[in-house]
Amino acid sequence: MERIIFYIISILMIVFAVMSVSNRNIMRSIIYLLFVLIGIAGLYFMVQFYFLGAVQLTVYAGGIIVLYVNSIMLVEKINNPLDVTKFWKRLLAGAIATTGAGLTLVAIWSHNFKEATVSKEIGINEIGKAFLSYGDKGYILPFEVISILLLAAMVGAIVIAKTNKVKESN
Amino acid sequence: MILNIFTDIHELLLGLMSEEAAHILELVLIAAGYLGIFAILGLLLVWLERRVAGFFQLRLGPNRVGPMGLFQTIADALKLVSKELTGTVKADMQLYKLAPYFVITTALMSLALIPFSYEIHAFDINIGLFFLTSVSSIGVIGIFLAGWASNNKYSLIGGMRTGIQMISYELSVGMSIVTMVVLAGTLQISEIVEIQKDGWLIFKGHIPALIAFMVFMIAGTAESNRTPFDLVEAESELGAGFHTEYSGMNFAYYFLAEFVNLFIISSVAVVLFFGGWLSPFGITDSIPFAGLFWFGIKVVGVIFIFMWFRWTFPRFRIDQLLTLEWKYLLPINIVNIVLMALMVWLGLTF
Repeated sequence: MERIIFYIISILMIVFAVMSVSNRNIMRSIIYLLFVLIGIAGLYFMVQFYFLGAVQLTVYAGGIIVLYVNSIMLVEKINNPLDVTKFWKRLLAGAIATTGAGLTLVAIWSHNFKEATVSKEIGINEIGKAFLSYGDKGYILPFEVISILLLAAMVGAIVIAKTNKVKESN
Repeated sequence: MILNIFTDIHELLLGLMSEEAAHILELVLIAAGYLGIFAILGLLLVWLERRVAGFFQLRLGPNRVGPMGLFQTIADALKLVSKELTGTVKADMQLYKLAPYFVITTALMSLALIPFSYEIHAFDINIGLFFLTSVSSIGVIGIFLAGWASNNKYSLIGGMRTGIQMISYELSVGMSIVTMVVLAGTLQISEIVEIQKDGWLIFKGHIPALIAFMVFMIAGTAESNRTPFDLVEAESELGAGFHTEYSGMNFAYYFLAEFVNLFIISSVAVVLFFGGWLSPFGITDSIPFAGLFWFGIKVVGVIFIFMWFRWTFPRFRIDQLLTLEWKYLLPINIVNIVLMALMVWLGLTF
């Protein structure tokens, strides 16, 4: 049962990923990408990583895709299909993608996977404590670094938005 | 009693087929049940909205079809089903047809997390509230797509307005939920209800909880695109906003989802502030069906407040809407979270 669902989700994800890069309508590409991201969240839910799945939905599906859709709607002439790239460029991209996929497959096949003995639902309390502890298995440093990065990005966005306004009023 | 019914069905199915098949069939049955709840809720709330509108405007509202006009919305739904599905020329038909399903699927998924009573709670995971917000954040894509794929300027403007509005107000809804989670100490919905056995959270958290409740109600009105924040479909300026070009059942999907979202927002308010399905002072704790009754009463009460807003306040302008969110609600919310954390830390809560 679980295996069947896994294969269904995976095949759908692969199909939508291919459609997303091959479609010439940019809005449809985004929607296919959204389905791929939702599929990833589905896989997380299947292995009971509920928190990771919900974060995947919020950040990627609910946040980034909405941002993409928003910015694409501001772009001119979205109704026109995208230009077809040159043949050698497509060849190069294909070669790079195949190499990457091949490397990943080799890495997966050469790794000796062990069957998981305990499948336990990780509570949100443990995740929260791990984020804020500085001892063993604590993630306080990356957590704080990321918050500073986000703060810097926000301040940068505000500064960029402000300067234009000042120039206009002058 | 209702638990007995569930176990009876379970055993009946086990007798007929293998365990795995019974499991799948039960999942399908639950899903069908929730679809039924979805439709009934939508129809009932539309009827309620029209009756309340009549009440506020000193008229009767629907009163001819069935007792108190109860079957009016069913007649409307039948009419909508029988209507032709139209679309605009040169619209992106694929996305145009896909868009309503985003809205309706997310509403259905959120419905699974709502605890109707102790017994009836389909999906109770340890990140319940977080999952609810993350699922409902996808719904906005359906509205965006509808606005874009309709190939209509009014729809596009409506869609863009929704995006701005829902992304902004999602922050306030999320932050007021976080404020209450600080007090409750858990994200699991059933546990949040359980800890309110000795007092609703709005009393336990007093001042910050009250502020959080007010912010939640304002932001919840905006999240469900209701007046005074219904710039998305402002009739006088935009026709009907993002769903101008939708007809028949496609339109009905948006309409139903809007009312189910209202129910979900109200249920979250009831769970967070008013003790969910718990009875006041535990007077009916021993009766198995009572939770459903209390939950229903509380939710209808909160829904009535939302409807009261709708028929009392005029519509905001878009700049007023954004000013309210970013310059007032968000700072209030951030200070409120700190206040609530202080209260919990110093043990000033009841």
